[in-house]
Amino acid sequence: MSSAIQSNVVHSGRVARVVIHVVLLIAALFYLLPLFVMLINSVKPLSQILDGNMMSLPHVWTLKPWSEAWSTAQIGVEPTGLRPYFLNSIEMVVPAVAISTMMGALNGYVLTKWRFRGDTFLFGMMLFSCFIPFQIVLIPMARVLGILGIAGTVPGLILVHTVYGLGFTTLYFRNYYAAFPTELVRAAQIDGAGFFRIFWRILLPLSGPIIVVAVIWQFTNIWNDFLFGSSFAGQGSQPMTVALNNLVQSSTGSKPYNIHFAGAIIAALPTLIVYIVSGRYFVRGLMAGSVKG
Amino acid sequence: MARPNATDLRTRLQEWIPKLVLAPSIASMLFFVYGFILFTVYLSFTDSKILPTYGWVGWRNYSNLFQLPMWSVALENLAIFASLYIMICIAIGLGLAILLDQKIRSEGVLRPIYLYPMALSFIVTGTAWKWLLDPGLGIEHTMHLWGWTSFHFNWIKSSDYAIYCVVLAAVWQTSGFVMAMFLAGLRGIDNEILKAAQMDGASNWSLYRRIVIPQLRPAFLSAIVILGFLAIKSYDLIVALTGGGPGWATQLPSTFMYSYTFTRNEMGVGAASAVIMLMMTAAILVPYLYSELKEPK
Amino acid sequence: MGFLDISNVTKSYGSVEVLHRVDIAVEEGEFLVLVGPSGCGKSTLLNMIAGLEGITSGEIAIQGRAMNGVHPSRRNIAMVFQSYALYPNMTVGQNITFGLEMHGTPKPEREAAMKRVAAMLQIDQLLDRKPGQLSGGQRQRVAMGRALVRNPDVFLFDEPLSNLDAKLRVDMRTEIKKLHQSLRTTIVYVTHDQIEAMTLSTRIAVMNKGYVQQLGTPKEIYDTPANIFVATFMGSPAMNILPTRVVLRDGVPHAQVSDAAGNVQYLRFSQQNLAAWDGREILLGIRPEAITDPEGADRKSANIQMLTNLVGVTEPAGSDTFVTMTLAGCDVIGRMRADAAVLPGASFEYAINMEKAVAFDPATEERIAP
Repeated sequence: MSSAIQSNVVHSGRVARVVIHVVLLIAALFYLLPLFVMLINSVKPLSQILDGNMMSLPHVWTLKPWSEAWSTAQIGVEPTGLRPYFLNSIEMVVPAVAISTMMGALNGYVLTKWRFRGDTFLFGMMLFSCFIPFQIVLIPMARVLGILGIAGTVPGLILVHTVYGLGFTTLYFRNYYAAFPTELVRAAQIDGAGFFRIFWRILLPLSGPIIVVAVIWQFTNIWNDFLFGSSFAGQGSQPMTVALNNLVQSSTGSKPYNIHFAGAIIAALPTLIVYIVSGRYFVRGLMAGSVKG
Repeated sequence: MARPNATDLRTRLQEWIPKLVLAPSIASMLFFVYGFILFTVYLSFTDSKILPTYGWVGWRNYSNLFQLPMWSVALENLAIFASLYIMICIAIGLGLAILLDQKIRSEGVLRPIYLYPMALSFIVTGTAWKWLLDPGLGIEHTMHLWGWTSFHFNWIKSSDYAIYCVVLAAVWQTSGFVMAMFLAGLRGIDNEILKAAQMDGASNWSLYRRIVIPQLRPAFLSAIVILGFLAIKSYDLIVALTGGGPGWATQLPSTFMYSYTFTRNEMGVGAASAVIMLMMTAAILVPYLYSELKEPK
Repeated sequence: MGFLDISNVTKSYGSVEVLHRVDIAVEEGEFLVLVGPSGCGKSTLLNMIAGLEGITSGEIAIQGRAMNGVHPSRRNIAMVFQSYALYPNMTVGQNITFGLEMHGTPKPEREAAMKRVAAMLQIDQLLDRKPGQLSGGQRQRVAMGRALVRNPDVFLFDEPLSNLDAKLRVDMRTEIKKLHQSLRTTIVYVTHDQIEAMTLSTRIAVMNKGYVQQLGTPKEIYDTPANIFVATFMGSPAMNILPTRVVLRDGVPHAQVSDAAGNVQYLRFSQQNLAAWDGREILLGIRPEAITDPEGADRKSANIQMLTNLVGVTEPAGSDTFVTMTLAGCDVIGRMRADAAVLPGASFEYAINMEKAVAFDPATEERIAP
């Protein structure tokens, strides 16, 4: 969202402004508190956590919980750390994002510039498909993955995420391309360019912002997914969220909270970095997903 | 003189390419979404247990479902969770948006802070809040150490109050997003209308109550629909925060479906619960999508 | 057979026919303007010539070759769009040569063609800019350059001037006319602006509701409109249309009209065959410039009728003064010299050039031919 025009109409008194700032600041603390607690407790030794205050700064700063979470922590039965699961997530996210974004772009192009009878209806069906509770597809999907022989594998997860991400990517590109004058395509047709050439030479070079939006949206959603990961992943293909949950839930005896927090931050880091680097596009994606044109 | 068959090859090809390009997406949508929905609906009328079997049992799974105490708890929880979640998110989101709209210089810093939880996985959120809400480790423990020994905040251990902890964590994650939606709505309001209202002598309070908030109707509608949808499909947060407990205290239809289908091997009942979830979502979304898609003429 | 033949062409969307049996033969080098209100089918017809929309029935042929079903890029046409449709990601130079590139023209030839066109349109210094950096008039020139470079058989213009401001529009109009005079290519031009149609065309097709109402030279269209629609659509201010009764006085047909005071007056027709309408109602059409002050009347006209009537409103426009009076119950506009002594509310003697009057059948709204 661009912070373009502020309403310069509403004026408020000085006292009121102080109150407003205090309220906004308290809200900021509320949102930051969990992140702050996770961060400082991930660099404390476990002993200080157990008999100390969660808000106190570490007496001894240590990165050991981070390295243990990454490479030696017990996940399920194996002491592998989160590293292999992080790689699983990457192996799953990159192709799923790439394929669903590319197909979404082509779909959006067809649905706006090569319209045909019934296209709005088809789009409506696609749109509805992004808003189904995915519980409704869990059982048949498990069967189909089994029949295809990719149950419990990374390719299986790629398929799942691509299929159920298409609705959103199509939505983004359709709304973006709808704002382009159709005359551009007509001019290119008269100039002798065909379907793919028009897409490649004229629309795609202008699609930078919406590609970023779609990629970020897909990346965040797929990286953060838990339902599909926990339903369809096998031992060797579990994504980061499932591994984190196993790490946090499974350890018995005294829980290594500092390792849990380090792990949680590692799991959150990729999407957080994306958010920090390109928050503007992230918000745009959220908005486009909620306010359709 | 009409020669409909005279169309040259290239033109005919150009007419088919767009449809061919769209075809894989449409086919996968029909199969993986609508086909699967039909399959699940069908399963909900069968005697499937651990694997799909095809013995027709009519409405038995549905009548069983509505006699299960755990399902009643899940529905009741969903009602509490969804209504509180939607109301609190909208209250906080709208409040923050209005305050941020008062030409706050630090808006550029504050807005991303309110919004960042939306980028996190619910598993991360659940992990963090589970700890904060733990009376022996989190907020209660800290208050005691700071000298406020009578402070009690052990909702997460109570079967009556644990569901409110889920509301708290969910609100933390999404209220910033609702704020962003309302802020966009506020920024879209024509300044001249506000100026005219001020000329008419409207105070700040009545300006918002009578002029601004009524114009945010579309933002309210979107927020309610999106939050309602998020509430119905909430699953990860429950798993990470409470695991559905204590006891069944925080079960929702989503966790119910998962446990009946995959751990209790009552696939028919699980499918029936998924169908109910779909119907709840459709009841919210279909009218909304329909009105959004209606082509403005 | 013409250079561009539109024979019996119709267009339907589903069961709705939006274009009815259009027949136009355009000669080589002609400047045909399709003019009409929005929704009249003129842009649809242009898109059908371009191949951007299918032809439901009938045939469109260029140089005798049927174009039905031929891809737009193979018709050897070029089109200038209302929004210019410049490719935003390409420079001006790339925009101009994109079509040649798609048709496989080698690079040196493309460069040469681009230079030639750029010089002709005086856009040489803009070749490396992006369309976003150009003014409206410059974009218009680039769009024309993109069309010119292809050396097409037929140029198609789709309301190319409607996005420009008033002054620039007049300049570009002259520019397009000059271009046509020097290149002598065949042009089909769509506009809703009747002044553009009159100034640019060699022939005009006035369209309404999917029908070609009249096809003719600007002079034919203006002086002898085929029906009420054409009469009122072309010309500004619009032609005055008054319901009158034809009466014979000494065997000569006259129009019987009542003035502002309710007195009956008679205007002698030049058109003799109106005698056949004796005693019947017709619609009398008189253009504002045929109603003048006596000094401003056309000296060459053989039939100036004088009429005394009250002056309603006067609107001085600088070069002329427009005067409104009530005649036959209608507001009738006349065009006086700027310094004619007309006072609102006063009585004034008007000179009406009945040689320019046209008569319409009130039942069909068609012109009664002389």
